[in-house]
Amino acid sequence: MPRTGVFICHCGTNIAGTVDIARAIDASRNFPGVVHADEYRYLCSEMGQDLIKNAINENNLDRVVVGTCSPRMHEGTFRKAAAEAGLNPYMLEVANIREHCSWVHRDIEEGTPKAIALLRAAAAKVALNDPLDSPELEVEKRALVIGGGIAGIQAAIDIAEAGYVVDVVEREPSIGGRMAQLEKTFPTLDCSACILTPKMVEAAQHPNINLITYSEVEEVKGFVGQFDVKIKMKARSIDPVKCTGCGVCYEKCPAKAPSEFEMGMTKRKAIYVPFPQAVPNVPVIDRENCLYFKKGRCQICAKECPPQAVDYEQQDQIIERRYGAIIVATGFDQLDPSSYGEYGYGQHPDILTALEFERLFNASGPTGGKVVRLSDGKPPKKVVFIQCIGSRDKARGMNYCSKICCMFTAKQAILLKEKVPDAKSYVFYIDVRTAGKGYEEFQRRAAEEYDVAYLRGQVGKIFPEGDHLVVHGVDSLSGKVVDIKADMVVLAAASIARADAPEVGRIVGINSDSYHFFNEAHPKLKPVETHTAGVFIAGACQAPKDIPDTVAQAGAAAVKAIGLLSKDVLKGEACTAIVNQAECSGCLYCEAVCPYNAINHIEIEERYHEEMHKRTVAEVNPSLCQGCGSCSVACRSGSINLKGFTNEQILAEVDAICLQR
Amino acid sequence: MSTALNNNADGWDPLIVAFCCNWCSYAGGDLAGTSRMSYPANVKVIRVPCSGRLNPMFVLRAFQRGADGVLVAGCHPGDCHYSTGNYHSRRRLSSFKRLVEFAGFEPERFEVRWISSSEGDKFAEEMEAITGKIKALGPNRKMRDARWQNVT
Amino acid sequence: MATSSKTRLVEEMQKQSGQDPNGCFQCAKCSAACPVTAAMDLLPHQVIRYLQLGLEEELANSKTPWVCASCFTCAARCPRDLDLARMMEGVRLVMLRRREGNKFGPADLTPEQLAKLPQQALVSGFRKYNK
Repeated sequence: MPRTGVFICHCGTNIAGTVDIARAIDASRNFPGVVHADEYRYLCSEMGQDLIKNAINENNLDRVVVGTCSPRMHEGTFRKAAAEAGLNPYMLEVANIREHCSWVHRDIEEGTPKAIALLRAAAAKVALNDPLDSPELEVEKRALVIGGGIAGIQAAIDIAEAGYVVDVVEREPSIGGRMAQLEKTFPTLDCSACILTPKMVEAAQHPNINLITYSEVEEVKGFVGQFDVKIKMKARSIDPVKCTGCGVCYEKCPAKAPSEFEMGMTKRKAIYVPFPQAVPNVPVIDRENCLYFKKGRCQICAKECPPQAVDYEQQDQIIERRYGAIIVATGFDQLDPSSYGEYGYGQHPDILTALEFERLFNASGPTGGKVVRLSDGKPPKKVVFIQCIGSRDKARGMNYCSKICCMFTAKQAILLKEKVPDAKSYVFYIDVRTAGKGYEEFQRRAAEEYDVAYLRGQVGKIFPEGDHLVVHGVDSLSGKVVDIKADMVVLAAASIARADAPEVGRIVGINSDSYHFFNEAHPKLKPVETHTAGVFIAGACQAPKDIPDTVAQAGAAAVKAIGLLSKDVLKGEACTAIVNQAECSGCLYCEAVCPYNAINHIEIEERYHEEMHKRTVAEVNPSLCQGCGSCSVACRSGSINLKGFTNEQILAEVDAICLQR
Repeated sequence: MSTALNNNADGWDPLIVAFCCNWCSYAGGDLAGTSRMSYPANVKVIRVPCSGRLNPMFVLRAFQRGADGVLVAGCHPGDCHYSTGNYHSRRRLSSFKRLVEFAGFEPERFEVRWISSSEGDKFAEEMEAITGKIKALGPNRKMRDARWQNVT
Repeated sequence: MATSSKTRLVEEMQKQSGQDPNGCFQCAKCSAACPVTAAMDLLPHQVIRYLQLGLEEELANSKTPWVCASCFTCAARCPRDLDLARMMEGVRLVMLRRREGNKFGPADLTPEQLAKLPQQALVSGFRKYNK
C-alpha cells in the first residue's frame, strides 16, 4: 500500500482565495493511499520545502502530491526537495490547482471541487509511480563542424580555443565558403579576403582543428555525446603531404571547366584550386573533366609536378569517428532567377545576379577586377539594381525577406561609383530594410553621397535595344512609369537553402521549415539548438543572415558545444519508453513512428516447447528516447509503455477525475 | 459518491476531460491562468507529454467512466515538440472520431484542438466552447458504464 | 479622404472577386507589368491602394478599371498571389450594377428569348445588370 503525503499550497491568496484549503485537505485524507495531508502558505519557500521533507521522514512517506502552481513552474523544485528527503524525485506528482484552477475560476464553490478532483487524480497517478533514473551518457570530447564557411570556421576556432579537438568537414576543395567570394563587406567596406583569410589560416594551423576538405558527411548515428559519423573523403588525386602548392599542375593542365567559385563566369582547369587564397592550398583533380580520367591520356600534371604529388590511383576514403557534438553550418545558395522570364536572366550577358556582379570587382575575378560589361568589355555607365528577386514573393518565389539584399545592393552601388566614377545607379526596391548597426547610415550614404537613385517599385520587363537594356518599371511614389536605358542590370536574387539541405537534415537528424532552412529548437530562447540534442546550427543554413549575425551565431553554437564537451557524463531523459519483450510481436510499428531513431530491433532467443527459438523484438535506447510516447500508442499489442506517463497512470487519472460524481 | 448520476438534467453539470500536451496546450492553459482568463470548471486537464501519447483507449475509458465530453489538445501541426507526434494523433484521432460515430455515439462529444503555448485566450475559448456544446448535448448516457459507478 | 478600411464598394468587390486588397504591399509590380498603363489615369497598384483606403469616389471617377484589358499579366507577376484583373472586374461589376440598377432580369425576356439565347450570355447579362 502506498504511503502518500498531500501538501497544498495557499500561494498567499492566489490559491486560497478560490479554493477552500481546509475542505481540500479533508478530502485528500480520504484518497486511497494518502496517509498524511498538510497545507502551507508558500510551499515553494524554504520553510515550505522543509515542511515536506520533515513530513516525508516523520510519516515514512514513499510518495508525494503537491497541490501548487503549474508543474512547468515548480515541479523541479519539489522533486529536488523530495530527493533531499531520500525519495526518488519521480515519486512526486503536481496537481496544478493555480493556473488550471484558482486563477481561472470565479469563486470557492467552483474552485474547490475542481481542486479536489485534480488532487485526487494526482494521488491516483502517484500511487502507480515507480522510481526512475536518468540514463548517464559518456561524452566524446571531440566536435564536428559541417561546413567550412565563415560560420564553420568561427565555430571551429572557438571550440579549439576552449581546448577541444574539432574536425571541419567541407565539401569544396577549400574552406572559405560564400564570404570568400565577396569583394567587400558592408557596412565598413572591409575587404572580405583581408578579414577572412587570416581566419582561414588560423583554422588550418590550429593544433586542435582538423580540416577535412573535399569531403561530405555520409551518415550520422548515435546521440548526444556519442555521435558516430561516417565522412566520405573524395579522392583528391593529389597527395597533400607531398604537394607544395606551387601551382605548376594547373598552369599546364589543358582541360577546362566552368569555375564554380566564379559563378561559372570563367573557366578553371580540370586540376585546380578554387581561388588563389585557398586553404588548404592543395589542388584537386575534377575527374569528370580531366582528360586522363576521360580518355586515358594526358598525365601532364603528373609529369610536371616537381614533388610527384599527383596520384591518379587515389580512392574515396571513409573516415569513421565519434563526436560529442555537431555544429551544422552549411550556408546558403543564391536563387537562379532564370525562371523569372521578365528579367531575361541568362539570355543577355549584361544581366547578372548580385553574386556574379560581386566577382567583377575582385582582382582575381573573371575581369581581373575591372567592372565592365561582359558583352563588350566597356565600363557600364548606367546600372539598374533590382531588389526582391524571388524574395517576399509567395506566388513564384520565397515568402520571406532575404535580409541581406538591401545592404549588399547599397554596397555594390557604392563600389561601382568608386570604380566607375561617372556611373549612375538606380535601385528598384519594395522597402529598404536596413536594421543593423551602421546599416541605415550606410544606405543613406549610397543615396546621398554616391548619387544612387532609389525608385520604389518593381520592374515589369527588360529588353535589349541596340547595345542597351531597356528597363521598364514603375516608381510608385510618383506614380510614373519609367524606362531606363541601362548598360547593365543586377538582380538581387533571393538567398535560399542549399539544394541538398533536406538531405543533410535527414542525415544529421534536424528538421527544416517549409523553405528547407534548418529549424532552431525555439525561435527566441534556443536559437542555435535543434530538436536533436547535441546538434547545433549556425549561419545562413538556419535563415538568410549577414556576416556579423553569422559570426555571432557561430560563437553561440560553439559555446553550446563547449558546454556539452566540458561534461564527462550527461543526464538523459528519465521518462523513456520501455518494451515488454515477452509480449512484443516484433511488428516494429514503433520503430517507424519514433522521431528519434531510438527504437531498434534485436533478436532474442527463448525457450518454447523445450526448444530454443529466435524472435525479433523492439528495443528502446533510453539515451536517445525523448519520451514523446508515440510508440506506446502505435504498439498493437500494448507492449511499449512510457515511464512516468504509463497507460495505467493515465487511466488512473481518468478514473479519479470521473469519480467526481 | 455516485449518487448524482443525473438522469434529471436539472442537477446535471457536464464533466469534460481534456488531455493536453505538455509543451503547447498545457502551457496554453497555464497562460490562460496567468492571464486570469476564466472558463468553466467542468473541464479537468490531464497532462500528457505529447498529443501523440494519446491512446484512443484513454478517451473511451473517460466516456465509460461517465465523462460527458473529451477534448484532446496538442501543438499546431508542424510545431510538435517531438516533430511528428501530432501528425500521428491527427490521423489516429480523426479516424477514431469517425469510428465512435459509426458505433452510434455522438461524435461531437470528442474534439481535437491545436492550441499553442501562446494561445491562452484560445485555450479559454475552447474550454468555454466545448462546455457549452456538451451542455446542449446533455449527459453521456450511451457509453457510461453504470456498473463501474456502483463498484466504486 | 475616406479612410475607413472597408466601404461598400470594397466589400462588394471582394465578394465578386474573392480577392482581399489588404494582401497587397504596394510593390507596384502590377503597374510595371501592365501593357496599357499609357492609357490609365491611375496606375494599377494605385487602384489597389485606393481600394485599401476605401477611396470610393475617386475610384468611381477613374478610367483605369475600364481601360484594364484583363490580360492577367498583373496576376501572373504578383508576388503576393493576388489577382488584380479579378479585382478590376469586381470594381467594374459593382459600378455597373450601381449605375444601371436592375434593368435586366429574367422577367424582361420572353420565354422564347429565354429558350433561344445562349446560356452564357444570359448569365453574364443578369450578373451585370441585376443587384
